[in-house]
Amino acid sequence: MQADWIWGLGGGLLIGLGGAVYLLGNGRIMGASGILGGLLDGSGRNTAAERIAFIAGVIGMPLLIGLLTGGTPDTHVTSNAAVLVLAGLLVGVGTRVANGCTSGHGVCGISRLSLRGIAATAVFMLAGILTLAVLRQLLGVV
Amino acid sequence: MLRMFLALAAGSLFGAGLMFSGMTDTTKVQGFLDIFGNWDPTLAFVMGGALLPMGLAWRLTEGRKPAAGGSFPSPPSAELDRRLALGSVLFGIGWGLVGLCPGPAMASLSYNSWQGALFLAAMACGMIAAPAVSRHLDRGAASA
Repeated sequence: MQADWIWGLGGGLLIGLGGAVYLLGNGRIMGASGILGGLLDGSGRNTAAERIAFIAGVIGMPLLIGLLTGGTPDTHVTSNAAVLVLAGLLVGVGTRVANGCTSGHGVCGISRLSLRGIAATAVFMLAGILTLAVLRQLLGVV
Repeated sequence: MLRMFLALAAGSLFGAGLMFSGMTDTTKVQGFLDIFGNWDPTLAFVMGGALLPMGLAWRLTEGRKPAAGGSFPSPPSAELDRRLALGSVLFGIGWGLVGLCPGPAMASLSYNSWQGALFLAAMACGMIAAPAVSRHLDRGAASA
């Protein structure tokens, strides 16, 4: 448990390196919701191939690592189907309406000191903090 | 072909980083947001680690062109609108509820069992519905 922050920092460096490759290579902002959402709603039709290649890496590399090492992290994700569907819908709609999520607004936006990126990150983190404060600390339901 | 390869490489680094950093573990993500509970600072280290190479990358864009052609994104807009605010509130609530955001939801698909697949399917539906929600918000803004 003491090494969690080292894994966090190292994993974070890899995430930032991925964003750097996507920016310096393809000239694009590495935003998970934008890359997937543009594929799903048709707005990214012209760049569909590189979006699919990116997503193949996101899904495929952890799969490959799992197969090679024989171990994958525990996700501790809830088994409450109603909560999963509600949260999934909120994340899907919210990230696309706001035009970004933790990677696009968070990592890529903050690192270029984008006001929109900083503001969006502050708002979704606050909303998440309030959600946990109310649903976990007050009501004890999540 | 180069674009495809670089996108695959970027996605692979992103996916591996999410997996190793612990960000596909919803306990860690909810633990970071749960500041009144047993607070878990891991997400802050992940964000800090990611900002370093990314900040450097933005500096390297100055006076250059992307390796695979095209051009870099235009400077960020400073306009804060209701879509940014409302969308981020909805996203934050969903993020807090389950502890997954779009990147980790994709990265953990191979080891997140039916729960991860259900979340991802619902998220995809939300993304498909989002343009209609955005248009509705814009109409509301225009008539306000």
